[in-house]
Amino acid sequence: MTGTTTEEPVYKTDALIAEDIDKYLEVHQHKTMLRFITCGSVDDGKSTLIGRLLYDSKMIFEDQLAALENDSKKVGTQGQQIDFALLVDGLAAEREQGITIDVAYRFFATEKRKFIVADCPGHEQYTRNMVTGASTADMAVILIDARKGVLTQTRRHSFLAHLIGIRHIVLAVNKMDLVDYDQSTFEHIVADYRAFAKQIGIEEFTAIPISGLAGDNITTRSENTPWYKGPVLIEHLETVDLGLDEGAGQPFRLPVQWVNRPNLDFRGFAGQIAAGTVKPGDAIRVIPSGKTSTVSRIVTFDGDLDEASTGQSITLTFADEIDCSRGDVICAADDPAEAADQFETTIVWMADEEMLPGRNYILKIGTQTVSAAVQQPKFRIDVNSMEHLAAKTLGLNDIGVCELSTDKRVVFAPYTENKDLGGFILIDRMTNATVAAGTIHFSLRRAQNVHWQSIDVSREAHATIKNQRPRVLWFTGLSGSGKSTIANLVEQKLHALGKHTFILDGDNVRHGLNKDLGFTDADRIENIRRIGEVARLMTDAGLIVLTSFISPFRAERQLARSMMEAGEFVEIYINTPLDVAESRDVKGLYKKARAGDLKNFTGIDSPYEPPENPEIVIDTTAMSAEEAAELIVDRVLS
Amino acid sequence: MSRITFYETAIMRRSAQAAPFVWDRNEGTIKTMTMTHLQRLEAESIHIMREVVAEAERPVMLYSVGKDSAVMLHLAKKAFYPAPPPFPLMHVDTTWKFQDMYKLRDKAAKDAGMELIVYQNPEAREKGINPFDHGPLHTDMWKTEGLKQALDKYGFDAAFGGARRDEEKSRAKERIFSFRNANHGWDPKNQRPELWKLYNARKSKGESIRVFPLSNWTELDIWQYIHLEGIEIVPLYFSAKRPTVERDGLLLMVDDDRFPLAEGETPVERSIRFRTLGCYPLTGAVESEAATLPEIIQEMLLTTTSERQGRAIDKDEGGAGMEKKKQEGYF
Repeated sequence: MTGTTTEEPVYKTDALIAEDIDKYLEVHQHKTMLRFITCGSVDDGKSTLIGRLLYDSKMIFEDQLAALENDSKKVGTQGQQIDFALLVDGLAAEREQGITIDVAYRFFATEKRKFIVADCPGHEQYTRNMVTGASTADMAVILIDARKGVLTQTRRHSFLAHLIGIRHIVLAVNKMDLVDYDQSTFEHIVADYRAFAKQIGIEEFTAIPISGLAGDNITTRSENTPWYKGPVLIEHLETVDLGLDEGAGQPFRLPVQWVNRPNLDFRGFAGQIAAGTVKPGDAIRVIPSGKTSTVSRIVTFDGDLDEASTGQSITLTFADEIDCSRGDVICAADDPAEAADQFETTIVWMADEEMLPGRNYILKIGTQTVSAAVQQPKFRIDVNSMEHLAAKTLGLNDIGVCELSTDKRVVFAPYTENKDLGGFILIDRMTNATVAAGTIHFSLRRAQNVHWQSIDVSREAHATIKNQRPRVLWFTGLSGSGKSTIANLVEQKLHALGKHTFILDGDNVRHGLNKDLGFTDADRIENIRRIGEVARLMTDAGLIVLTSFISPFRAERQLARSMMEAGEFVEIYINTPLDVAESRDVKGLYKKARAGDLKNFTGIDSPYEPPENPEIVIDTTAMSAEEAAELIVDRVLS
Repeated sequence: MSRITFYETAIMRRSAQAAPFVWDRNEGTIKTMTMTHLQRLEAESIHIMREVVAEAERPVMLYSVGKDSAVMLHLAKKAFYPAPPPFPLMHVDTTWKFQDMYKLRDKAAKDAGMELIVYQNPEAREKGINPFDHGPLHTDMWKTEGLKQALDKYGFDAAFGGARRDEEKSRAKERIFSFRNANHGWDPKNQRPELWKLYNARKSKGESIRVFPLSNWTELDIWQYIHLEGIEIVPLYFSAKRPTVERDGLLLMVDDDRFPLAEGETPVERSIRFRTLGCYPLTGAVESEAATLPEIIQEMLLTTTSERQGRAIDKDEGGAGMEKKKQEGYF
């Protein structure tokens, strides 16, 4: 509780409670609800953040606080300070090991909204819990440790949140207190994340610098981050626009849960509306049978309704006696849902036993239960690199795109359109365990679509599976100009973005492939020719190749350029004046050359021919290596 | 645009900068408003109950006569209206509940048109197990054992319970459909993933399901809903002058003449009420003047101790008390 704050908490206990409870109840009654998940790597401070939200919103009572203080001293990881994580780690095993195993649901309310938080564990083996928590969430709060930046797990969680269709993403850069609230640290992380997010299709996110432990920018604006002008976390949670319920603007869909027949005079169809609106008199069509009728009544305990819409649990009666039972979907007559028996889907495998292509699983979607066989995956998605990999099956926590067929027609909508009609689970017939969650992309109208297409593994195929365009980033410049430093940074950044890269430099080329070559002009030319050939082969394999050699002669660089596919050769001139490079003299080579101990040294007794039309010029006297690397990555990926 | 009501217009104004609206393709009008949190919770609970009735062979609703049970029963009436809820109510009785609870129990079942099963563990009855002489054994035998016996006796494969995730740490991690093995034990590390609104109700031989339709409700939601819907609850929740004695820091009500008074101990009339109801010798009262629902809610919101503090059960075995009890088959 060391957070320094400049304002009163945003949601101090409402004065109305004491002054006018009836008014308070009236206000509270009209609150909306936001469900969100928190996810991040182990030790990113998720539990601490939630504990902090509960504490600051007065959801922790005195007796709980006393127990918490007691536990913190016994098993806490925060020394004498309160360990909020103990509050949310509910299972004995979790408290003992200091980790979170299962999704925990927490509740708090502010003056504007009620919140349900699903705390999702960061461990790799718990992908299934994260997907579970995300499936009912409107928003994902992704935590990043400011000291560590964007990690593999950050990418995995973001990908999963996006996969499951969460529209609102918050990047909570946590532990800002441990990086001295440094603005540039925050901004670098945000830039890294932005590049990655874009790649997987996350168009928008909100980044907030916070400290869960110290309380910065959680409920109140922190004095420690005067440079941050955006909303504090709770403010964002309270005001983010939920829009209208999914499916609100779509044609009417009611998956029938249960047929209500208390006596011969009443036959009602009960369910929760998945899309659209219904009124008495509306023409409906029951899918898959296609039978039509008219809605006579919308029956509820509180009286008949004139209209009901998405999200409401209701009971309908029809004007005609038509067949309709659990699993059927009552639809707007003129715009009914589709039914099909073959689909392309994304499947998240959640069982220890791997998926068996061809085996029959029980598939549950909406209120329908059918038998389904899954084909061998078209590909598996590496959740760390987003690469598409060939796969024969899916194991625990694997995600793949698979075709599946059902034993009878299923009423559905693509998942991106409607989660109720597009999300399904698979159940093992023997163990009754829920073994997978899946989302429908679309139906396959013709049976032959299900067959595997064999493809030649071409240059394009190599690149496509890596989800990138091959490139040769040819760094040229004087010795000591910063080529290797910048090339290394560029490679790190590309790698972090899931790109497949390789650096060719003096170390790995001169010691092997070219160890027979010296530094005469002829040898320099042969050196570059060989490097060009190797780089070319690597681009055929789909890689982004970074070469870091002085490569002083225009002609050889031109030769290398001519070997590559058009547009794949990117010449990067690291422009550092000779006196600057010489003054750096990292390896002491200039000194040796000036002393005459080193012959044919570029810039001293051998010429350097600057590029005439390089794709990128880096003036190292005007920007840092880090900035240069950023610029190059942006240009290369744009 | 003519069909936009005043309320919808208000919503539009509030959020117009931020998000586009969903337009009805056919009519060019804005559809529906965002449901309030209570509307969403109600619709969810009803959905859950209907799924159970559609998929389980022999469901039952465990009814403890508390405020959560009252809300759960009310939601069941809504879920199956105009039919009565198509399952019995079952009270696993300890014979030590407050007299007011027994009265409301019988009335509520009758009003709902539901069969009421009252089960009392015959062994506990025979041995005269009571909270004064037997400590934790009282809860073990009457409640935990009693519940197991009752479910086995009637062959119920799905039992609704009124537990909420905000009550206790291990409940925060429990699924809505929570499976129990043949010994009614809970395995917290082996829970089925529960996605969207899809509940896997398939069970293996010997397994049974506890279903918690109020999982996502909070204590405040429960009270607010009782207030809004006018649900009848046990009068003990409201303040009145009642005979009390103080024992081990708990304020206990002398509800009948089975209460053994110590020498020189005389019940004192105090204005008290109960925040939670169980066996009367184990349930601590709070001194209060709150006699209406808004006053109760007001008191709850301004109070600084959690709901279950008045119950002795959670204090055993440190923080893992409830988790351990659930593994042994406690609800």
